[in-house]
Amino acid sequence: MTVVLWIAASMLGVAALLALVRVVRGPSSLDRVVAMDVLLSCLIGAIGIEAAYGRDGTTLPVLAVLALLGFVGSVAVARFGADAGDDDPDRREEARVEARLEAAREGRETP
Amino acid sequence: MNDVLDVVSAVCLLLGAALSLAAGIGVLRFPDVLSRMHAASKPQVLGLLLVLIGVGLRLRTGFDITTLVLVAVFQLATAPVAAHMVGRSAYRTRRVRRDLLLVDELGERLDEAARRDGAGDAPPPAA
Repeated sequence: MTVVLWIAASMLGVAALLALVRVVRGPSSLDRVVAMDVLLSCLIGAIGIEAAYGRDGTTLPVLAVLALLGFVGSVAVARFGADAGDDDPDRREEARVEARLEAAREGRETP
Repeated sequence: MNDVLDVVSAVCLLLGAALSLAAGIGVLRFPDVLSRMHAASKPQVLGLLLVLIGVGLRLRTGFDITTLVLVAVFQLATAPVAAHMVGRSAYRTRRVRRDLLLVDELGERLDEAARRDGAGDAPPPAA
C-alpha cells in the first residue's frame, strides 16, 4: 500500500503542478476556472488516497465540501466574471461587445 | 478476502490518480476552453468515482460509505451543470476556436434568429 500511495501521490502532484501552470498562464478566466477544477479534483483524490492509506474516515466530509466548492466556483465565474477576466484588453472589450450582441439576438436583456 | 479488496482498492486509486494526471496534461496542452474542458472532466467524474470506490473498499464501514455516496451524488449532479455554464460562457465570450469546430449548431441557430429578427425590425418600405 505504501508503494501505491507514493505512485498515486506523485501522479496527483504532477497533475496539480500542470494545472497550476495553466491557472497562471490563463489566458481567460474560463481557462483558469477549468484548471482550478482539475486542481480541486487532484486535491479530492489526494485526500481520498490519504484516507484509504490510513484507513481513517475523518477527512471524508471534507471531500463533500470540496465537491460543492468546485461547482459554486465555476458557476459563479462562468455566469458573472467570464467577460472581465481576459489578459488582453482588446480581447476583453471584444468579448464584452460580443456577449451583448448575442444577448440581443436571443432577445434577452443586455447585461 | 480482505487482501483481495485491498488490491482492488489500490488499482482503483491508481487509475483515479492516472486520470488526474491525464487531465493535468490535457489542460496544459489543449488549445481552447472547450477542449480543455473535455480533458478536465475525466478526473471530475470517472476519476473521482474510482477514488471513492477505492476509499470505500479500504474503509468498509457503513458511515464512511454513506459519506462517499453523498460526495459521488453531489459531483454527478453538479459537474454537468458547471460544464454547461462554462461552455456557454466560453461560446458567448468567443473563447472557442471556431476553426477547430466540425459542427456549430448553436452558431447556425443564432444566425437564423438574427436573420429573422433583422427582417422583422427593418423599417417598412416607403409606399
